[in-house]
Amino acid sequence: MKKLLAAVILLPASLCVFAQTKPKTAAIKPGIPASIARGKVVYTKNCLSCHFVDGGGVPNMNPPLVKTSYVLGDKTKLIKVVLNGFAQNVEIDGETYSNNMAPHNFLSDQEIADVLTYVRNSFGNKASAVKAAEVKVVRAANKK
Amino acid sequence: MKTKLKYFLPVAVVCIALFALKSDINVTPDADNAGLKLPAGFGALKVAETGARARHLIVTAQGDIYVKLARPNKDGKAILVLHENADGKALLIGGFANYGGTGIYIKDGYLYASSNTEVFRYKLDAQNKVIDQDHPEKIITGLKMGREHETKSIVLDNAGNIYVNVGAYSNSCQEHDRQLGSMGIKGCPILDSAGGIWQFKANKPNQTYGEGVRYATGLRNVVGLDWNQQDNQLFVMQHGRDQLHDIFPDMFTVKQSAELPAECMYALKKGDNAGWPYMYYDQIQHKKIMAPEYGGDGKKEAAGNFIDPAAAYPGHLAPNGLLFYTGNMFPEKYKNGAFIAFHGSWNRAPEPQAGYFVVFQPFKNGKPYGDWEVFADNFAGSPQKAESGRADHRPCGLAQGPDGSLYVSDDSKGTIYRIIYKK
Ligand code: HEC
Repeated sequence: MKKLLAAVILLPASLCVFAQTKPKTAAIKPGIPASIARGKVVYTKNCLSCHFVDGGGVPNMNPPLVKTSYVLGDKTKLIKVVLNGFAQNVEIDGETYSNNMAPHNFLSDQEIADVLTYVRNSFGNKASAVKAAEVKVVRAANKK
Repeated sequence: MKTKLKYFLPVAVVCIALFALKSDINVTPDADNAGLKLPAGFGALKVAETGARARHLIVTAQGDIYVKLARPNKDGKAILVLHENADGKALLIGGFANYGGTGIYIKDGYLYASSNTEVFRYKLDAQNKVIDQDHPEKIITGLKMGREHETKSIVLDNAGNIYVNVGAYSNSCQEHDRQLGSMGIKGCPILDSAGGIWQFKANKPNQTYGEGVRYATGLRNVVGLDWNQQDNQLFVMQHGRDQLHDIFPDMFTVKQSAELPAECMYALKKGDNAGWPYMYYDQIQHKKIMAPEYGGDGKKEAAGNFIDPAAAYPGHLAPNGLLFYTGNMFPEKYKNGAFIAFHGSWNRAPEPQAGYFVVFQPFKNGKPYGDWEVFADNFAGSPQKAESGRADHRPCGLAQGPDGSLYVSDDSKGTIYRIIYKK
């Protein structure tokens, strides 16, 4: 009940915030090429040290981001990898990796969208863009 | 292929029979020295291509090579048995053990081998052959294994003890492993059962932590270790912590993060504390520095009773093998010195990667003496492949042959190298 009440109050509130920051978000250039360019910057700062400049990763430690089922697959799952990190004893396309990826939830929706759009369109990958709105939805559901 | 093998096998068997007892007078280096760059007078050959993740290895007086694999191969075997022909090339003659792992060692008539949670031993016959491959004695069980540094390296002393590395399942004991700005957990709880070297009895079955001794603590992860016979002392190589810049970008530049901290060699005594996660060793300032997770800033010195390293090497090179050379084949300067197999870095990106070589560290009177030098280089295949981290081969284990040859395993493609000195 409390939650519902909060949602009723917060939803219009967040819409207000959205409306206010609209001029700012409009400054972000639309289109996939621009997103890829921004994503490369996010990648270099936050992902490159483990997954490498070529997306090839490190054998037995950090998985490649080259045509993996995560990178090319379900976007919700992929967004969650960045938000929550990844430290599970599961096989990634037949291999296991002994290292922990920390949550990157400090990145904004736009930054996560950009970095994943970059990853999905680099290293030999070709897949649709990830949009900030999609990240926003996953992040909200993730918090519950 | 099949028919070729049919002819090849009987010939090989005859060869083995003929030359099994002969010394290795016919061993010649490969024309290209197996692709390695070596000091003048040395040569190298590829003994075998196992095609598996060959971790540590051991060579017997009879020319058998036991190789521990990180994972069982397609036949389900995780210890390979190779036998050398007179020309130094080896054939795969068998395999056993269904558990992947790193450690393998021979002492006093037993072969010891580790999985990532247990240690086993197999009785050897007079020819150093395993008598019962399917029924080892379980010596140690229930060792901690997390998602990092899970391998267990082993070595024995001359007093009936076995030493096992239990790596810390963390980079720097942060509240949240490897997360931006996350601070260290006070009184790092990992250290009660990992991040150190444990000592057990070599001959007692089913020992758990309760029966072992935490011999040394504050060691993030050790893969290369050896018993120094001159000092009668354990020496270990620590893998230093990662990601100073990623986690504390305001304190460390990308370049500093690629170079720091040192990969350290420690000479251990019972009760020693090497300081992880509270400190790291800065080989440029020659100081023990407080870890940023525990209040450090890259300059503040560590507070605590932590030992100094015996020697320090550049950051992230990943020392996976340590061997004190006691053979007679190599020139005098190598005697009782240390060879170190540096697996090669990953945590230097976007700076160039480094390592992928075997280093020689001179020793005098049981202590490091003078500067280390690269002994065997170009496992990567080219400088470009080393810099990009896309190395062809990655040196891991070291072993000494009965004639004093140095053996190196590669856990990327599974090549077994032998380095010899040609007088
Ligand atoms: C500390 C090193 C590290 C950093 C930094 C890092 N990752 Fe990872 N990443 C890993 C590891 C290790 C795994 C696999 C963990 C496992 O097996 O449980 C992984 C898994 C993944 C996967 C799923 C598996 C695959 O290969 O497709 C994706 C996608 C991914 N990371 C993307 C990223 C992105 C994007 C960033 C930057 C925002 C990033 N990673 C930063 C280490 C890292």
